[in-house]
Amino acid sequence: MGNTAETVLFWVFAIPLMASAAGVLAARSPVHAAMSLVSAFFWLAGIYVLLTAHLLAFVQIIVYAGAIMVLFLFVVMLLSLTDAELGLEKITALKVVGIVASAGILGLLVTAVLQGAPSGARPVPADFGTVRAVGKILFTQYLLPIEATSVLLLVAIVGAVVVAKEKI
Amino acid sequence: MVPTTHFLGLAAFLFAIGFAGVLVKKNAIIVFMCIELMLNAANLTFLAFARQQATMSGHAIAFFVIAVAAAEAAVGLAIVMAVFRSRATVAVDEVEVLRDA
Repeated sequence: MGNTAETVLFWVFAIPLMASAAGVLAARSPVHAAMSLVSAFFWLAGIYVLLTAHLLAFVQIIVYAGAIMVLFLFVVMLLSLTDAELGLEKITALKVVGIVASAGILGLLVTAVLQGAPSGARPVPADFGTVRAVGKILFTQYLLPIEATSVLLLVAIVGAVVVAKEKI
Repeated sequence: MVPTTHFLGLAAFLFAIGFAGVLVKKNAIIVFMCIELMLNAANLTFLAFARQQATMSGHAIAFFVIAVAAAEAAVGLAIVMAVFRSRATVAVDEVEVLRDA
């Protein structure tokens, strides 16, 4: 694929991604925020494909846009917040400080990226980012971390049940 | 290929949006969504550098980040539900038992 086509695709994915991320920030209702976030996850998966991370792109859609967002929507449904509970987002001085702080973070990060601009990318092997390649590295070099992750998920399951259940 | 700087800049933007949400939003559920956005920005950075260096380690780390995000969402939302049950609110500035004076 040519360089121009890749750049066009990058912006095709990046602009809606930035818009949906901003939508999460702008939304008042949690359901609207969740929908914006699902859309952001889908566009981000497209960006991952551009980075030759095919497995991660699919994991992004299945785990994030599928499982995690369903969890979020379930909680929104269970809480069934009324408009009064949602309340109006008041603009306080502290919030203005928060916005200024995050703009500062953005400026800092962009400056850092521009100053340490990495040189061109190396060519990648044909199986880069495929299930086989990622699986191989996960079960050789990263064997202990992936076993630790399984324990972490078990702890999270038990913890979620213990915290959320009224009576055990 | 698209320059790595583009991807890093995009990740910086996503992180800043998530950071602003964590600081500004009142609803705990939306605060969690913004944390997910920040984790995704970190993932994007890992994958951008993995592509640039042509090493697969970034993919493994991104995989772990997704697993940790899933665990965090499960436990965090359970806490939100427990808080809602005991004080009928999910506003982060109304849960202030531990606040000093």
